[in-house]
Amino acid sequence: MTRLSRSLLAVVADRGSLSFLTLLATVALMVPILNLAVPESSPLHLSSYVVALIGKYLCYALLAVAVDLIWGFGGILSLGHAAFFALGGYASGMYLMRQIGTRGVYAHPVLPDFMVFLNWSELPWFWYGFDRFWFALIMVVLVPGALALVFGWLAFRSRVTGVYFAIMTQALTYALMLAFFRNDMGFGGNNGFTDFKELLGFDLQSDATRSALVVATAVSLAASYWACQAIVGSRAGRVIRAIRDAESRTRFLGYPVHSYKLWVFVFSAVLAGVAGALYVPQVGIINPSEFEPINSIEVVIWVAVGGRGTLYGAAAGAVLVNYAKTYFTAALPDVWLYALGAIFIGVTLFLPRGLVGVIPVMSRRK
Amino acid sequence: MPVKVVTYGEWQLVGLLLAVCCLGFSVSARAQTGDETFRAIVAELGDANFREKEAIAARLIETAHPGVRNVVTALMDGRVFIRDQDGQAFVVESTAEDLSEFTLLDPASAAEVGSSPPGQLSRVITNNQLRRFLRMAVARFSLSSADASVRRDAVREILRSLDAGNVELLRARAEEEEDADVAYEIETALALVALDDEDTRVRSEAVGRLVGRLNPEVRNRLATLLESDEEGRFVEPDPGVRAAAAEVLQRIDLWRSLFSLIETAFFGLSLGSVLVLIAIGLAITFGVMGVINMAHGELMMLGAYTTYVVQLWMPEFIGLSLLVAVPAAFVVAGSAGIVIERTIIRFLYGRPLETLLATFGVSLVLQQLVRSVFSANNRAVTTPAWMSGALEFNPAFSLTYNRLYIILFSLVAFSLVLAVLKYTRLGLDIRAVSQNRAMARAMGVRSARIDAMTFGLGAGIAGVAGVALSQLTNVGPNLGQSYIIDSFMVVVFGGVGNLWGTLIGGMSLGIANKLLEPFAGAVLAKIFVLVLLILFIQFRPRGLFPQTGRAAESL
Repeated sequence: MTRLSRSLLAVVADRGSLSFLTLLATVALMVPILNLAVPESSPLHLSSYVVALIGKYLCYALLAVAVDLIWGFGGILSLGHAAFFALGGYASGMYLMRQIGTRGVYAHPVLPDFMVFLNWSELPWFWYGFDRFWFALIMVVLVPGALALVFGWLAFRSRVTGVYFAIMTQALTYALMLAFFRNDMGFGGNNGFTDFKELLGFDLQSDATRSALVVATAVSLAASYWACQAIVGSRAGRVIRAIRDAESRTRFLGYPVHSYKLWVFVFSAVLAGVAGALYVPQVGIINPSEFEPINSIEVVIWVAVGGRGTLYGAAAGAVLVNYAKTYFTAALPDVWLYALGAIFIGVTLFLPRGLVGVIPVMSRRK
Repeated sequence: MPVKVVTYGEWQLVGLLLAVCCLGFSVSARAQTGDETFRAIVAELGDANFREKEAIAARLIETAHPGVRNVVTALMDGRVFIRDQDGQAFVVESTAEDLSEFTLLDPASAAEVGSSPPGQLSRVITNNQLRRFLRMAVARFSLSSADASVRRDAVREILRSLDAGNVELLRARAEEEEDADVAYEIETALALVALDDEDTRVRSEAVGRLVGRLNPEVRNRLATLLESDEEGRFVEPDPGVRAAAAEVLQRIDLWRSLFSLIETAFFGLSLGSVLVLIAIGLAITFGVMGVINMAHGELMMLGAYTTYVVQLWMPEFIGLSLLVAVPAAFVVAGSAGIVIERTIIRFLYGRPLETLLATFGVSLVLQQLVRSVFSANNRAVTTPAWMSGALEFNPAFSLTYNRLYIILFSLVAFSLVLAVLKYTRLGLDIRAVSQNRAMARAMGVRSARIDAMTFGLGAGIAGVAGVALSQLTNVGPNLGQSYIIDSFMVVVFGGVGNLWGTLIGGMSLGIANKLLEPFAGAVLAKIFVLVLLILFIQFRPRGLFPQTGRAAESL
């Protein structure tokens, strides 16, 4: 118990973490104030568009933290983490679909529109319970967690590592994408879910709800960050880092390598699922393209750009790359892919420790 | 008087000339009326309903005008259009979507008479019934063609809907037919007709003649013979004929299922060949060098675009263009590969996960490059005539040429790569460097140069695969992305660093996919294969043919 509380305190003692958490707290405080309390005429006013963007970036940051936990500390490169993100998103999307109720185009009290459109007469069994918020909340954790448990158990037990593991996770997300594109899967086919109305009775279009969602995301990110730091700082965290640096040696020393890897992988998948669940009500849509293999690779790039093995670097990378994406795709759409490609190449060649790795170098120069 | 004579003579001459003129005019006028009537009948199609169109088409065929065949074929393809402003009918050369102007042909002479934007034309639409009628009309025409294969297809077409008129035609044709294949098909048709005969003996003899005929019509017809109505009366009253029909039917079904199995296996082999082809290059860059080349798909895309450019350069020689494109694509993609290796990958050896990220960046840049140069739309690559068509063994079994060529092409490419690695100096150096870099350098191998050449070889093969893909799929900026996962699966399944593993892995994945498809559908089959692969890797984490020895630890 004392060890745990010591590692919890250690998080705050670290300077990078302290500034990261302070920044998050500022965002969580200022977004509702600037959006709701400051009048629209004021230059300080935050438009709803920007609020939605901030919420989206924070979800991506959470996903990046999840990937950094296993890649940066465990050396497990998952190129399928967007799959867990999307599964969490689908779970919360199912809840939001059930909330639409009779306000859908076909006004069916139980069935979502796309099922009425497909002439389905009753709800498939796996949709039961999603009309309750607590059930959806459990599923957001359970579904990505269970998939990660099964996949990870199979993979780590037979020592599928490195490149092979990366390619297998790509296959996993690719297979899921193909599956979710099918109409008869019962998840809306290639249109997915959209046109959500409300969450827990609050209108999703209203500014207050949106600000509240941003605050919820910031709090989740802070909590997840704290939890990840706690894991990394604990004894188990040191074993995980040992596995990254010398897997065979750790095994020979008597540590059950596969179960360490498995649990950190499952935890990371759950975080990704939570990120997806927070993402869907804020962007208002979820469809199978979230499973696209390229998405998972992009997440890894965010982490690499920010700096792997620091957690806050991963979060910063996610926000920076996505801000650049938003800016470039609007201002210079033709340049965006060149820029993203150049970032990938440049970071791997010149910044092996990411942007975070540059900061100490610069401060030392002073 | 002489003046008068001259005058008279002049008048005579004028009269003669006039007469000749009139005659000439009337002859040409008659030909013109023929063409005119023909055009007029075609133009009537414009505002007729389907039933009237059938009658109009029948009248059109009765004119026996030389343009009938052309117009009827065009009508079936939906290429007959009416010009909105004057109601004139035209045959349009091509209705490809990207054309801004349709080329108009005269229905009577098939000569080009101008062009018009598609918006000012209305298509003469057809329905299934009308098309069936037209097909029969064409089949009747074709029955007297000089080409035996055209006649055979015509008989097969008539087989689908036999009626009294057709049967007469077939009987007449049977007597003068010299080609054995065509005669065999006519016999099938006549035997089918004989199944309706009142005489039980004729019917039972007809059933006997149908043994081993694999046309779907024969199968269906025999199956109907065995059916009964609500009151238990059979379509075929005689139990003996029924028993014979059942037996013949069973044998036909056996043959058909055997052939469909062979066909599935062949489809599987051809899909497998594509997989092998796209994976060979990766087997070299990933398997031999340990570089996870995410730009592999884009190198294939470069090969496909090279094919497109080659065809632009030599539009008159489409048949040859593919043969030119193969070496061209090898050079283009190979040099791109060498540039990538020299500028990026050589800094990342021994860090496979970093090569993955960097080459992924390269792939994005290449995609956008293609978008900037060729636009984001798909480009049309023409399939040469020798690639289309099918090698037909019997009505239940035929192999399409493009699939056959893909199998051959991939086997040739595979053998060439294997030979290069095994029997050339370059291959020896490549193997030496990949097995033990330090020792190879000590023996005087310039390892940096060999690295570049190896990557170039792998990239070049990817380009060659792109030429093949240009014949199978849309050539666009996303071509590479859709194949990258498949190629990695093949290499991982087969075992990294082993070309034979790639061959066997690709072929077995292809066949597994096609065997599952009939039960599960294309998408589910693919998902099953992926899941099976994920499970397979649990039991053999290093693939079918794992590398052994020291090299095995490196990845």
